[in-house]
Amino acid sequence: MTIAATFEIEYLQYLDQNGEPTQTMPTGFDASGLVPWFKQMLFLRTFDNKAVALQRTGKLGTYAPCLGHEATQVGIGAAMRPEDVFAPSYREFGTQFARGVQPREVLMYWGGDERGSDFAGPRHDFPWSVPISTQCLHAAGAALAFKLRKQPRVAVTCCGDGGSSKTDTYAAINSAGAYTLPFVQCIINNGWAISVPRKAQTGAQTLAQKGIAGGLYSLQVDGNDLIAVLEGMRRAMERARSGEGASVIEFLTYRLHDHTTADDARRYRGEDEVKSAWQRDPIPRLRSYLGAQNLWSDAQEKDWIADCGERVDQEINAYLESKPQPIESMFDYLYAELPPDLLTQRAEAIAGESRS
Amino acid sequence: MNKQTAAPATSGEPVAASAITLIEAITQALAWEMHNDDSVVVLGEDVGVNGGVFRATAGLQQRFGPERVLDTPLDETTIAGLTVGMAAMGMKPVAEAQFDGFMYPMVDHIVCHAVRFRTRTRGRLTCPMVLRVPWGGGIRAPEHHSEANEAIFTNVPGLRVVMPSSPARAYGLLLAAIRDPDPVIYFEPKRIYRQYKELVPDDGEALPLDVCYVLRDGSDVTLVTWGAQVKESLEAAEVLAKDGISAEVIDVATLKPYDFDTIAESVAKTGRCVIVHEAPRTAGFGAEIAARLAEESIYDLLAPIQRVTGYDTHIPLFRLEMKYLPSVDKIVAAAKRTLAAS
Repeated sequence: MTIAATFEIEYLQYLDQNGEPTQTMPTGFDASGLVPWFKQMLFLRTFDNKAVALQRTGKLGTYAPCLGHEATQVGIGAAMRPEDVFAPSYREFGTQFARGVQPREVLMYWGGDERGSDFAGPRHDFPWSVPISTQCLHAAGAALAFKLRKQPRVAVTCCGDGGSSKTDTYAAINSAGAYTLPFVQCIINNGWAISVPRKAQTGAQTLAQKGIAGGLYSLQVDGNDLIAVLEGMRRAMERARSGEGASVIEFLTYRLHDHTTADDARRYRGEDEVKSAWQRDPIPRLRSYLGAQNLWSDAQEKDWIADCGERVDQEINAYLESKPQPIESMFDYLYAELPPDLLTQRAEAIAGESRS
Repeated sequence: MNKQTAAPATSGEPVAASAITLIEAITQALAWEMHNDDSVVVLGEDVGVNGGVFRATAGLQQRFGPERVLDTPLDETTIAGLTVGMAAMGMKPVAEAQFDGFMYPMVDHIVCHAVRFRTRTRGRLTCPMVLRVPWGGGIRAPEHHSEANEAIFTNVPGLRVVMPSSPARAYGLLLAAIRDPDPVIYFEPKRIYRQYKELVPDDGEALPLDVCYVLRDGSDVTLVTWGAQVKESLEAAEVLAKDGISAEVIDVATLKPYDFDTIAESVAKTGRCVIVHEAPRTAGFGAEIAARLAEESIYDLLAPIQRVTGYDTHIPLFRLEMKYLPSVDKIVAAAKRTLAAS
């Protein structure tokens, strides 16, 4: 027998679900460097809980909770530089906060106002992309632009386990390999694509191996272990920046909440599975590890959670106090310069407002 | 040596007009803009070494290098998605869809993203891209190579849909499309790619978008058309003239957003209108023009509006395709019906 090709997928984990190290920490590792990111994870959970509550009281539109994804989302953001570009789907608020997107912007967009995607922080990051995985190719296009312009920037994008079935993810992986792009495809495998479980998406053993077909560096990471997320991303970002090319990282995590606030996961998945997933919650494991290193205490956490609550409330108030845009705003960003016919329609819209 | 594979003569400096075909005008416009704007890149299937299956990009990779003229993997979704991403980062990609019938996988990226980035981000990100699409029937091609699908796109907000009908307009409108800060679908009527030559100065002068071009003045009937049917409509006007009927011929040129005023002014003068397009009739772009005339110009009309279009069928394979497409005879007959009615 002649073997034409073989592959293996490395699995990366440094902390088990109790926060105990499973292997030697990565080279250059500094545990104290984890604290700011742990704090961001706590902030993200505070925000997420309050955003869901806001939707339940009718003050926010449909919202995609990120409960359980904190280590993956924050870790991806932590690995990026400001000049890099992030192309999210519709759930990666933790990555976006790490990049300077404001919580009030998240609330604004998901509260029905386009101004939420006019990020004050990362001006060149892509907006939320609702059509599954389309953002993956936009990130690959951005990476192609960086390569052609010889800019030392990396484009990072996320899709879910369901999204990894989509043409666009395969196309992004394929073109990133064909052009050797500074590109990182994160596949956030949270177990569920609305009601369809991971095993029903594909016969592939791992989602990471989808990168192998495109010639990419491919890795599977415990997405509930911040240290593993940071190390996986560090490798991918270094490869991208040094011209070695693109990577696919599958982050194994779990969607602890419903798909969105419009979904009820009790219709399709059992309590036992969810209970067992809570045992792998990324927050207690890191808290436990940092506590053991004397880098984090209950008192610190109490104060920080209180701070997070106040900050999120301020953001919520800023969102709730904002006034809707004027009716003409639906015309004003359609073209660089509004064509004459649309000027007429715009005037009609304004006139209609003053009559009502 | 096939002279079409030679690098185009464009130096970036204005040169005197030479007689060129519509497709040579496209190559000339691409070369001009690539020479003068580093952010312009060309990408698509076979556009590089091969110079495009129709040779629209012939010589461009030799002249500007593989980093400005990129062969893509064979996937239309890839072309569209990469183009949107590059444009959002400030480049001006000019992508080629090899044939009209292959562009459907691109629709997701055009409709969901390219035309929405400016709106979605309140102007923070934009999408200054051009998608060039060889368009329409009449070249005896296989199935999926002959589609007149422009009306799918004229209902899409934020998009520009442009279709030249002569070498000079192909040159000027393509330059305008590339320079436009919003996404443009640039449909190229492939049947007239090499139909005739005309003098086109290589001077980098763009023609205005969003306006109709009145190609022939007339007083009895207005023929409104675009793309490959412009030539038939002009020929029909000649035939009508021999019968003492004076036809005005309007090339709509930009279908989205379109210049209704020029059409309305013409109809106010002639009182009669024939709309000619090769796409199927129902909900074709002619329906929009007819509806608007009914709304705003009905008291100017002396006769019912006539449409000369493809049937509401698939364009047949090529043994029958010329029987599907509008012809000079059909246009003349429709014009005469408007005169008989008033």
